[in-house]
Amino acid sequence: MKFATITFPGSNCDQDVYFVTSNILKQPSAMLWHDEQFDLASYDCVILPGGFSYGDYLRSGAIARFAPIMERVIEYANNGGLVMGICNGFQILLEAGLLPGAMKVNQNLKFVCRYSKLAVVNNQTPFTNCCKAGELLSIPVAHGEGNYYIDRPGLELLQANNQVVLRYRDQQENPNGSVDNIAGICNQAGNVFGMMPHPERCAEAILGNNGTDGLKIFYSLLNYQQKESGAR
Amino acid sequence: MQFVVRIEIKLKESILDPQGQAVRGGLTSLGYKNVVDVHVGKYLELLIEGSKEQDEVERQVEEMCQRLLANPVIEDYSFQVESAGGIG
Repeated sequence: MKFATITFPGSNCDQDVYFVTSNILKQPSAMLWHDEQFDLASYDCVILPGGFSYGDYLRSGAIARFAPIMERVIEYANNGGLVMGICNGFQILLEAGLLPGAMKVNQNLKFVCRYSKLAVVNNQTPFTNCCKAGELLSIPVAHGEGNYYIDRPGLELLQANNQVVLRYRDQQENPNGSVDNIAGICNQAGNVFGMMPHPERCAEAILGNNGTDGLKIFYSLLNYQQKESGAR
Repeated sequence: MQFVVRIEIKLKESILDPQGQAVRGGLTSLGYKNVVDVHVGKYLELLIEGSKEQDEVERQVEEMCQRLLANPVIEDYSFQVESAGGIG
């Protein structure tokens, strides 16, 4: 499975994502700089990593959304390609209109950096199929603007279409005040996914005491790809 | 011809503004107990140059707000375009 990780000026999790896809998953991986319109057609998954693209000026993701490569990412997503946005990557996907809703400043106005307990709401996606339905994952968050907002009709649509993929376990676990405790959503077609927590930060046992739940997200991608190529 | 454009952006009325709430709390604790609501927003000033007429500039700024400067999902914006003189 061929992975591409996009680096924007100010991305700071791009190396970590690349390390997971190349050294842990041992898959062909590339890092692509934002200001070229690379042809993405040969990749099986494009990842927008976390960080502070363009210093988060104006709004998180607002300026990165107009980087030259984003035209290609939008085209790739519209053709059914797998796109995953992590943290700032999620914010960029929202600004680009590939996912519905918007991010506000965390309700407590603090930058929150800690492990969070997530419930897998939808395990029938390319990004979560290695998880059990309702399974609790322990994955760290690190953000100041993760307060996901969508209006009531929009939320009802998300729920009706099973687009809510990950929730913080409960209000207490919710680090940012997001609507419906949302931590991750996908688009209606299911090929574009954004999540605030960082699966790449808990993908190796050596990194700490909270396990490797993040790997389940990446293994899901591999699993999906294998099934897809088997079906072809 | 030059125009000065002053743009104000804030969260929509219907959306809870955590920064505004925190600032209101600060004012209340300083004794300004008659402050019932605070909204924190952004202020941008643009200097626009060229041969466009005022209404063309207004259309252009409207487009800028829609496309980049504001996020219409959560924010409202308003702006004023003022002629700053110049030749033309």
